[in-house]
Amino acid sequence: MQCERLSEDGNSCDMHEACHRSAVTVFVKTYEGVGNMTEERFDCIVVGGGLAGLTTAYVLANAGKEVMLIERGNYCGAKNVTGGRMYGHSMEKVIPGFAKKAAIERKVVRERLSSVADGTFSTKEFASCDPQIPGGESYTVLRSKFDRWFAEQAEEAGAMLINDILVEDLLVREGRVCGIIASGEVMEADIVILAEGVNGLLAQKIGMKAPVESDMVSVGAKELIGLSKDVIQERFELNDGEGMAWMINGFDGVCDAFLYTNHESISAGISMKVSRINQTEKSVPEMLEDFLEHPEIAPLLEGGKLLEYSAHLFPEVSIQKIGPFYGDGVLITGDVAGLCMNFGDTLRGMDLAVESGRLAAETAIKALDQGKFTREILAGYQKALEESSIYAILTSREEE
Amino acid sequence: MAKKVNVADKLGANNYHTDETHSHITVNKENEDTQEIDQVVRICPAALYSTDQNGELFFEHLGCLECGTCKALSEGKVVKEWHYPEGSKGIQYRFG
Repeated sequence: MQCERLSEDGNSCDMHEACHRSAVTVFVKTYEGVGNMTEERFDCIVVGGGLAGLTTAYVLANAGKEVMLIERGNYCGAKNVTGGRMYGHSMEKVIPGFAKKAAIERKVVRERLSSVADGTFSTKEFASCDPQIPGGESYTVLRSKFDRWFAEQAEEAGAMLINDILVEDLLVREGRVCGIIASGEVMEADIVILAEGVNGLLAQKIGMKAPVESDMVSVGAKELIGLSKDVIQERFELNDGEGMAWMINGFDGVCDAFLYTNHESISAGISMKVSRINQTEKSVPEMLEDFLEHPEIAPLLEGGKLLEYSAHLFPEVSIQKIGPFYGDGVLITGDVAGLCMNFGDTLRGMDLAVESGRLAAETAIKALDQGKFTREILAGYQKALEESSIYAILTSREEE
Repeated sequence: MAKKVNVADKLGANNYHTDETHSHITVNKENEDTQEIDQVVRICPAALYSTDQNGELFFEHLGCLECGTCKALSEGKVVKEWHYPEGSKGIQYRFG
């Protein structure tokens, strides 16, 4: 539990205050440095280094725009968690052939879908194919690894990435978002893109997001269990590079469960709509433990070592209740915009985050090229989202 | 059957840059809604909420996973204020 960075004298940093001050100094100097070269402002500031934010920054930087992304963790991915499986179609549009280059774990080739009654699993197994997108391929990922890789690509493309800084507020003038406030500094930009994640504290401050209620989000809790590649492939009958995704519906009555095979680890966890806590006597950690100890699951994890214990919320909002996704000088993307879908057999948010990030960047590029940042111009993002493949996914099974 | 789980041991596998002094979450100790308190205690994935024999509520911010679940369940009730930790602080997932 010690800061991994080195302080200025080269010693390991255990003085977190000093460490943070130095991050702020770098941040302010960087901003001033860039500001002096240009018109003392960025084209675009992106808040949050998850998939939506990184995609936005990457696409903007590739178009030659001056973009700064601000992340509160020590690196992009430090605060991010997935179950998880990523559908590749939207990432493919951003970085073609990404799966060959990126820090992915395994390509999902087989799936299991279980329902549980009285503790007994009823399971069907099938070859993987995305029901929504013909030929859609999916991959198991670990976000801290994947996002760090993606952050490197964004930086190489010319985006400025600043870690260790929490954006505390937005700068709003006459109803228009003009920048961000962090560590007491004001940074201005023509467009601010919020990719701050499911809690959406900044979006709430400007009235673009309703307060998060317990029936609008699910909590996921996960253990990452280290096992050798050979043991994983033997237990799940997989070849090199092949992975399995397993969704368990109705485990324990009130929660769902999941298991994904990574390269040398297994992601196993549960998720439950937060409001359902009144339907059980158990705690979330107890429900997770029951899943990990279930006779169907425990043998698959035997001998494994706990590498990490994580938890995260994800949105569970009907599509009718999300949006608008734009305001004066501001766009919202990914989880903060409620772009996540839980169909029971698939749970997806990462592909939606990437697609929304790309579309937000494309709208921002148009606005920057025209020099206009009004609601009317930025409404193009909403239109693009509604015409996109992800909206088709979001609405496809809305009636079920 | 659920049994007492040692979540603290599990959190020990994680990497944190701990803010020892300042808690980014404050709880409302005046709240006497025992049902609400019980739900907050059980919903926290990191098991950081607890009550003593007298029903008094305690919250320990060290080990927080910053998920926002307690906020979503009980903001304005048991959870008085909820912020993210200062930049660079808190959980730093190595895998995610």
